[in-house]
Amino acid sequence: MEGKEEMSDTILENKLIVGPAPHLGTKDSIPRIMWSVNAALLPALFVGFMNFGWYAMLVVVVSIAVAIASEAAAQRFRGVPITVNDGSAVLTGLLLAMCLPPNVPLYIPAVGSAFAIIIAKHAFGGLGCNIWNPALAGRAFLLAAYSGSIVMPQWPILKQAFRGSILGVDAVTMATPCLVLKDAPLAFFGKYSLGRLFLGAIPGSIGETSALALILGASYLVVKKYVNWRLPLSYILTVMALAALLPQAGDSGGTISIWAGTLTVGAALARALAHALSGGLMIGAFFMATDMVTSPLTSKGQAIYGAGCGVLVALIRLYGGYPEGVCYSILIMNTVVWLIDRFTAPNFFGAGRHAAKNA
Amino acid sequence: MKTFKSGGVHPPEYKDLSKGAALERMPAPSVVVLPVSQHTGAPSRPVVGKGDKVSKGQVVAEANGFVSVPVHASVSGVVVAVEQRPMQNGAVCDHIVIQSDGLDNWAEGTGVKREWRDMGLEKIRAAVRDAGVVGLGGAAFPTHVKLSPPADRPIDTLILNGIECEPFLTCDYRMMLERARGIAEGLRIMMKALGVNRAIVGVESNKQDAFEKMRDTVWADEGVRIELLKVKYPQGAEKQLIEALTGRQVPPGRLPLDVGVVVQNVSTAYAVYDAVVEARPLVERPVTVTGDGVARPANLIVPIGALIKDVLVRQGLDPKTKKVVLGGPMMGIALPNLDFPVVKGTSGILAFKKMPDFMPGPCIRCGRCIAVCPLRGMAAEMIKAIEAGEVERYEELHVLDCMECGTCTFECPSRRPIVHYIKKAKAEYAAWKAKKK
Repeated sequence: MEGKEEMSDTILENKLIVGPAPHLGTKDSIPRIMWSVNAALLPALFVGFMNFGWYAMLVVVVSIAVAIASEAAAQRFRGVPITVNDGSAVLTGLLLAMCLPPNVPLYIPAVGSAFAIIIAKHAFGGLGCNIWNPALAGRAFLLAAYSGSIVMPQWPILKQAFRGSILGVDAVTMATPCLVLKDAPLAFFGKYSLGRLFLGAIPGSIGETSALALILGASYLVVKKYVNWRLPLSYILTVMALAALLPQAGDSGGTISIWAGTLTVGAALARALAHALSGGLMIGAFFMATDMVTSPLTSKGQAIYGAGCGVLVALIRLYGGYPEGVCYSILIMNTVVWLIDRFTAPNFFGAGRHAAKNA
Repeated sequence: MKTFKSGGVHPPEYKDLSKGAALERMPAPSVVVLPVSQHTGAPSRPVVGKGDKVSKGQVVAEANGFVSVPVHASVSGVVVAVEQRPMQNGAVCDHIVIQSDGLDNWAEGTGVKREWRDMGLEKIRAAVRDAGVVGLGGAAFPTHVKLSPPADRPIDTLILNGIECEPFLTCDYRMMLERARGIAEGLRIMMKALGVNRAIVGVESNKQDAFEKMRDTVWADEGVRIELLKVKYPQGAEKQLIEALTGRQVPPGRLPLDVGVVVQNVSTAYAVYDAVVEARPLVERPVTVTGDGVARPANLIVPIGALIKDVLVRQGLDPKTKKVVLGGPMMGIALPNLDFPVVKGTSGILAFKKMPDFMPGPCIRCGRCIAVCPLRGMAAEMIKAIEAGEVERYEELHVLDCMECGTCTFECPSRRPIVHYIKKAKAEYAAWKAKKK
């Protein structure tokens, strides 16, 4: 009998693998998610190329290359496995470049990417531990350090290297829609047609201009469930609602005022659309705010978070010192994600209200 | 079609491997090993010693208290050892080792048909207990205890669990197809023992033929309803099944009987029938043997105590097998070797040659573990607290209420061993609580 019981080792060629249940898992993985998001940005990147030409693509390449190098360096320094092929550093570099003007000097994306990866991501503990969206933290850093090169489209450097636009956009001297909305909202639709805005044949940052391309890419992520549609929807709808209803600069002439009852539905809708399709709202709502690491854990939390971002964007754009508020709105809401998580924890099965119902 | 409300996942089923294989009785192996702690509750007490001759169905270890059941010899032969050994879960207890004489001689008094309708409640419960019947779905809780609800908690519904939501497993399905009459009889016996006139049999829609078979076997005028449920894991979990079928939610830390329900597995119902009507103790159980590591996937009626290796070798074990799991792939235990016996709670033996090779990564806070948790737990937050060692927060985060179904871990794109963390945290919490007192 003992002889029989010793057999086990000779039945199998290898030692058995032991490990905790479950022994099955989803086919999804971090690299799969990150590369999917990268892929979902390609349509918008393509419009960026059509709009702004080869130089803009050079900005993207530099940004991604520095992001990868920074990630490898930071991971080496920290003594953790180097995971540059998981696509997350590439994504940070790509996102940062896509929210930079197409004609920045090349040290701008380099510095921004390095800051995003080394300070905003690895100083906090690497992937999963950062509080702020790295790409946006990088952008905010650049905004503070080189505001002349980032905010204003009329930057002076390297003009000769800029190849111009296939879509016929004068990205260098033409004011961005956000700036127009800020300074002369009534002139907005005179300058940009709705179709142009939607397709993205307008000045702006490299990857932010085309609502169509961004929505296309984001729908893929929604279908794959990498993006919870509630977040971008609540974000964009909040901006549109507030932009439509809040009193703003263009009202001062007294012709349009919600208080005087002279705000027509058409005017309200026009304002809402102008704000929805201008600046970084689309890329911010679909690709920046939805960063898993820096957004709330539950659906309910994400909806609240999106609305919070929306309120901040509207306040900054309509009353703040900057023409654009997407970057700061998300960074500020990143900061309170822990609080949202705490208050949106789902009611545990059978606990609380449900328990009372049972009794 | 109904299902439970929150969360759940759809793992690949792999049931096609074995669902066509009819139940087949495994002949007595040369040796059986019977742990005295195969059930939830107090371990049984060995009543035989080395050298004793035993017949099949004879008590070799007796129940030790109310929440305990006896263990019976599953072959006839000679006791060659009563010794301490580790069980598959790592705990050590007495094991009774019996060398089979190959005759399968049944003990006296077994197999004498009884008419359960003439038996009183206590007699039925005693018959179930004395036959060593426990829940065969996996938890192995003594069945007679569940059939003896306290007087202050009235039961109005008996639920028969034919869900079998674990991938790969098909033995409950085969039982429903081939032994529906016995199951139905067991159901009626349990309805009588509980004093209920309402029962619901839950079957998932991937077992349409089993559903039809059960529907044709029990009659609506008996107060029994057969319900086809939408496939979703973990629908076979008691709380989820109760919610799906009755809408009632069992609060954390409470039992089904707190909401007037008792849940029994279909194979358990058959064991009850066998115990009460056929007067046969629980000496065998259906086991699905499957996976790419066996040549002939099967649904076997295996003698309790048969060694895993004997079962696997019989079905053509591939020497290249890398992992062997006892139970289903979502909650089963991976064995370090094949020298463990099939016990009353063993529903499947899975042998895998190909195992996905992955390393856990960091949590990227995707929130999927929370979205899929059938108990609506905040898994990601639990793990954060566990990693930080915040034992005092385990209770409010419901770490202790986790049923370890594996849904979160299945869904995690970073392959983090969430359930493993939670199991460890429960032990940590118990130690912390003990120290605080």
